[in-house]
Amino acid sequence: MLDGRSQIRRKIGLRLWLSGGWLLILVLAAVFAPLLSPHGPLEQDLFLGRMPPFWVAGAEPGYYLGTDSLGRDVLTRIIYGARVALIVALVAGSITALVGSTLGLLAGYLRGWVDVVISRLIDIWMAFPPVLFSILLIAVLGPGLVSIIIAIVVIDWTRFARVVRAEAMAQGAMDYPASAQIAGRTRISTMIVEILPNVLPTIVVLLTLEMGIAVIVEAILSFVNLSISTDDPTWGGMISEGRTSIHQAWWIMVFPLITLFLTVLSFSQFGEGLKDRFDPVLR
Amino acid sequence: MSYLRISELTVNIAGTSTRLLRDVSLTVQAGEVHGLVGESGAGKSMIGKAVLGTLPRAIEIVSGAIELDGADLLKLSPAEHRKRLGQSCALIPQDPLTALNPSRRIGPQITDRLTDILGWDAKRARDRANELLEEVQIPDPQRVLRSYPHELSGGMRQRILIASAFAAEPKLIVADEPTTALDVTVQKQILKLIKDMQQRHDTALLFVTHDLGVVSKICQSLSVLYAGMVVEATGVRSFFREPAHAYSRALLAATPKYTDPEASLTPVPEEVIAAVKAEVDAADAGSRHG
Repeated sequence: MLDGRSQIRRKIGLRLWLSGGWLLILVLAAVFAPLLSPHGPLEQDLFLGRMPPFWVAGAEPGYYLGTDSLGRDVLTRIIYGARVALIVALVAGSITALVGSTLGLLAGYLRGWVDVVISRLIDIWMAFPPVLFSILLIAVLGPGLVSIIIAIVVIDWTRFARVVRAEAMAQGAMDYPASAQIAGRTRISTMIVEILPNVLPTIVVLLTLEMGIAVIVEAILSFVNLSISTDDPTWGGMISEGRTSIHQAWWIMVFPLITLFLTVLSFSQFGEGLKDRFDPVLR
Repeated sequence: MSYLRISELTVNIAGTSTRLLRDVSLTVQAGEVHGLVGESGAGKSMIGKAVLGTLPRAIEIVSGAIELDGADLLKLSPAEHRKRLGQSCALIPQDPLTALNPSRRIGPQITDRLTDILGWDAKRARDRANELLEEVQIPDPQRVLRSYPHELSGGMRQRILIASAFAAEPKLIVADEPTTALDVTVQKQILKLIKDMQQRHDTALLFVTHDLGVVSKICQSLSVLYAGMVVEATGVRSFFREPAHAYSRALLAATPKYTDPEASLTPVPEEVIAAVKAEVDAADAGSRHG
């Protein structure tokens, strides 16, 4: 008497393939950057400044996406920039998810004074303008990769806390956690064994969104020169440098911009695709 | 002897003087099925939740006692309360769709209680779960134990919840409108199943329902509630033969007659409602002065 519902197997959608594919390419590029890059990321050749990409007349062979004003290879710097972007996405995204989800779960399931404290904290936190807040934080902590990660976690945990709290509240109001408690589970154990698996799909989707946001935040901070040292290539830093010569050499800014755009889009689409595939209720 | 004895239980919305239950007293004998009937909002489910300790946080027990096998549940420490309840009570919930955890397989959801509270080993608990599913007439129990709830129909899930409720051989089961969320054809089967299981396992049942037809089929005694007050507590036979309270009589008269589909429904008359309300107010005034 098992009905047909158990027989349905969703195909992995095009969305998941495309976004996953792009992210995989990025990961490979970041890991094997020294092998893949045609040049060194800091290698300058002032005679070859602002060379156009390969299909434009006057391009220099070997510099596929052109060079910037100091004669550095744009493609190489994009590949090396993927390292910073992915580290920030993974590390900052995960820590933010961990902190925010834990607080949200506690507030949404335990309710009472725990909820009051955490919810007020979220309200107060969200009253800070995020970009100014992060610039202030970096100014205090000093620039660097660790500071960026701390800044992202400190600013964005509320994103997780709010959503997970609401979701945990909805799950907590159902009958199954009550049944579990009648069967002798403690509240904390009910929260971890019964509630957490059901908010996990939401957390995963938020996490992928957050990874995209982390990449953007890093780019914004690079843009205002508050990211890691200006020597290390970052997409935000490249966009910022390219902005000054956009009329003479559009490629310096446009290629990192496209990369950034595709990456952020892929993160969010990847999350949506995963959700469709793994949410037990949608499945 | 009485297995569950609730005495003068009064429940408020926390921090206010809004009464939800007013001096509710009732007893359930071991192996007896006791019905709790009344309109929506009369506090039927509230009593079940109070017994099982699953009242929402916004609701507080003001006074009274809930004695289970002689021990007052309200005086136990949370840990003892949990253990005692896990060993001797269970719930058959109203909505089978939300009463199983959607992201866990059926098997562990049944065996959790056996391994955690009774300390059985995993193999013994699994065998027991298998046996229970056979007892509630689920075909291919091995496969069902490995399934997720969304793979099963509503009726199947309710059968699983019934099996799960009887898993630890509890002495008392609270059935909170167990057939309301099911469609009519399945309702009858499920009701019969609950009755069979109850008789075979000799379990006391606190049966919350608004359906007097169901009460007549399964209960031995019942309490009629209005606005959180027990207006009549009696045996089922005497209730259907000669209901003592005017509200009970009106409630019986309001039951639709399947024999005459053309007949219009009889609502509970206004003057009866007014009379019960006056009674409730009088009880409130009395308890405030006393």
